[in-house]
Amino acid sequence: MKTTPAVQLDTVTLKLGQADFFFDCTLAAGQVTAITGPSGSGKSTFLNLVAGFETPDGGRILLEGRDVTGSHPGERPLSLVFQDNNLFAHLDLFTNIGLGLDPGLKLSAAERQEVSDALARVGLAGYEKRKPGTLSGGERQRAAFARALVRKRPLLLLDEPFAALDPALRLSMADLLAALHQETHNTILIVTHDIEEVRRLADEVIFIDAGTILFHGEKRIFLTHRDDDAISKFVLPS
Amino acid sequence: MLTRAEQTRGLAAGAASLLLIGLFVTLPTAALLMTAPDGLGQTLFDAYTLSILRFTLLQAVLSTFLSVLLAVPVALSLARRSRFPGRIWIIRLMAVPMGLPVLIGALGLIGIFGRQGLLNDLLTSAGLRNPVSIYGLTGILIAHVFFNLPLAARLMLAGLERLPPETWRLSASLGLSSWSTFRFVERPALAAVIPGAAGLIFMLCATSFTLVLVLGGGPAATTLEVAIYQSLRFDFDPPRAVMLALLQIALTAIILLGLGRFATTDRSAGGEGRAPKRFDGRDPAALAWDTLVILLATLFLLLPLASIVVSGWRADLGRLITMPAFRQAALTSLSIALTAALLSLLMAGGIIKARSAIADRRHQSKHLAAFSTALATLSSLVLLVPPVVLGTGWFLLIRPFGQVTSFAPFLIAAINALMALPFVMRVLEPAVETHVARTRRLSASLGIGGISRLRLIDWPGLRRPLFMALSFAMALSLGDLGAVALFGSNDLTTLPWLIYSRLGSYRTHDADGLALILGVICLILTALGTVGHKEKQ
Repeated sequence: MKTTPAVQLDTVTLKLGQADFFFDCTLAAGQVTAITGPSGSGKSTFLNLVAGFETPDGGRILLEGRDVTGSHPGERPLSLVFQDNNLFAHLDLFTNIGLGLDPGLKLSAAERQEVSDALARVGLAGYEKRKPGTLSGGERQRAAFARALVRKRPLLLLDEPFAALDPALRLSMADLLAALHQETHNTILIVTHDIEEVRRLADEVIFIDAGTILFHGEKRIFLTHRDDDAISKFVLPS
Repeated sequence: MLTRAEQTRGLAAGAASLLLIGLFVTLPTAALLMTAPDGLGQTLFDAYTLSILRFTLLQAVLSTFLSVLLAVPVALSLARRSRFPGRIWIIRLMAVPMGLPVLIGALGLIGIFGRQGLLNDLLTSAGLRNPVSIYGLTGILIAHVFFNLPLAARLMLAGLERLPPETWRLSASLGLSSWSTFRFVERPALAAVIPGAAGLIFMLCATSFTLVLVLGGGPAATTLEVAIYQSLRFDFDPPRAVMLALLQIALTAIILLGLGRFATTDRSAGGEGRAPKRFDGRDPAALAWDTLVILLATLFLLLPLASIVVSGWRADLGRLITMPAFRQAALTSLSIALTAALLSLLMAGGIIKARSAIADRRHQSKHLAAFSTALATLSSLVLLVPPVVLGTGWFLLIRPFGQVTSFAPFLIAAINALMALPFVMRVLEPAVETHVARTRRLSASLGIGGISRLRLIDWPGLRRPLFMALSFAMALSLGDLGAVALFGSNDLTTLPWLIYSRLGSYRTHDADGLALILGVICLILTALGTVGHKEKQ
């Protein structure tokens, strides 16, 4: 089976202040890959490179086989969900999600329906006119998922999306994410420092330490990995 | 948590502050009301008074409109160019007009926009006949924009930078165009800040005294404040001054009531912290526009300041400093400023102590709650009764008892202290709150009180904010012309008064030199009063 890889970082280098980063990896389409590692290791930088918030000093970044190394974040085939502040606080949910369809908010009737359907799909039916400030943290993240749904981009990047939620909510949100993945078969990159989340969601794992990839492979192998100190410390509860 | 004695002392201090400020403001107001001439309504609305009122409002509305309108592109461009070379210095430059004595700013503006100024030289050499006039409405507007555009721009910039950094990543990732970014992100952020900023600027412009005195003044360009001053000082017509003063109080009361409708914007100006990274505006046209806007704004602020430095330097500074008149004025200014600053700190201290004593009680009676609110609104009383009005009232009160000049220094100091009170409160109150929250329980459990608590706990903890408040209040008093204008004479000369009278007698070189000296002193004091403030945040 030879398909175009969803994400390819080809000998990408970056220097931010004192920190050096080097990434070289290829991610297959349709997989859920967890990006994990100790804090400050470069997980978010990895995501920022893919999303286009950082431009590499050297190397190339390919998404869906297309070289996007110097492209603006808006030109990349992806959707984003951050830990917090995923919604424009002064705009209602309809506008927030509608902006994902068209950045000028020129929506056809079908597209308006799509927004409402997406809201219903994440369990927020009828919330069109609500402002983010009136929602709970979990509901706001659901709305962010709804926007990712309507955008229909092949790639979904999540930066610690559940870190601000309590454990029970984290579980149900992970279930929702898994269900959405079943429907759309998109490629998901999820940055997390929570080993339970890795267990629950990932097909593959990228473990980053000190600005470079220490491990890249199947979750099963990652969870039984004992050769490397940094990884076994991370996997095994101390 | 406080002992009973501490409680009582706190309340007593607050009551003393309340009484002091209340008397100082209400006595002259009462004097104004009592000496109000018969047939007040008639004179109140004679044609001349109406034209003054109309001009006061007109210039304030236009000044506010222009300041806010022109500040919008400046704030947007500065926010978008978070990596603009020298950005932090441009933002600091925008804080300078706030700390600069108004009179000195006016001199700088005359240096650029005046008859012999840089702009008119350029226009004349370009073959234009009618030069721009800095006097009259145009000049007042230019000057008000000079002082208030940076204020508005800083408030708006703060509003934009308060948006979470994800906002900009999100807009970039969604591919929002410049127009969409403005429509969905920037415009709402600005809209939240603009009413408060505009209200504040309108209030400042409606009560602006020095600028109108220097740049306006003719019958066609006089505001209420200046008219009060002129009727007392030149026409010696106290009834007229009283009538105008009452009108001024009514006007400020209406404005303050109107302002109360807007949500209070916190006046923390932004830009000193790390600006969030922006991903929009990468095309050359946007870059060119932002660069142009930022450069023009910088030039507009920098040129008058440069003019002060250049023409001040040309004056014979050595001679000026050794001049007896300078020494006398400097000494007077410094002692008034120090007295005013200490008095202001004392009043603020009383208010804060009483409020924390009340907050400390578990059961608050209605009376105490009302007392606390009265104390909190006390510092805005000074806004209601502007310095010139206060001065007029006191002038009327004291006149029967002897020479006004002998009381004048104390009056000026007291008026300045009152003017500084809102600023002093803004520095001190949060500092004291955090200090108390940090040390209250520990001090109480260790039983530290009295002098040893003052020496070991409070002084080290509050030394910095106290000095900041002191230097800020001193800068304000040193640069003030409003209070001294009514009482200034050959016997009582402060530095701004000296500059103003040199300007009046066409010794502009002296005025320029003195302006440079005073400007540098005030800016240093303001910098001391604000820099630490930002570090703390």
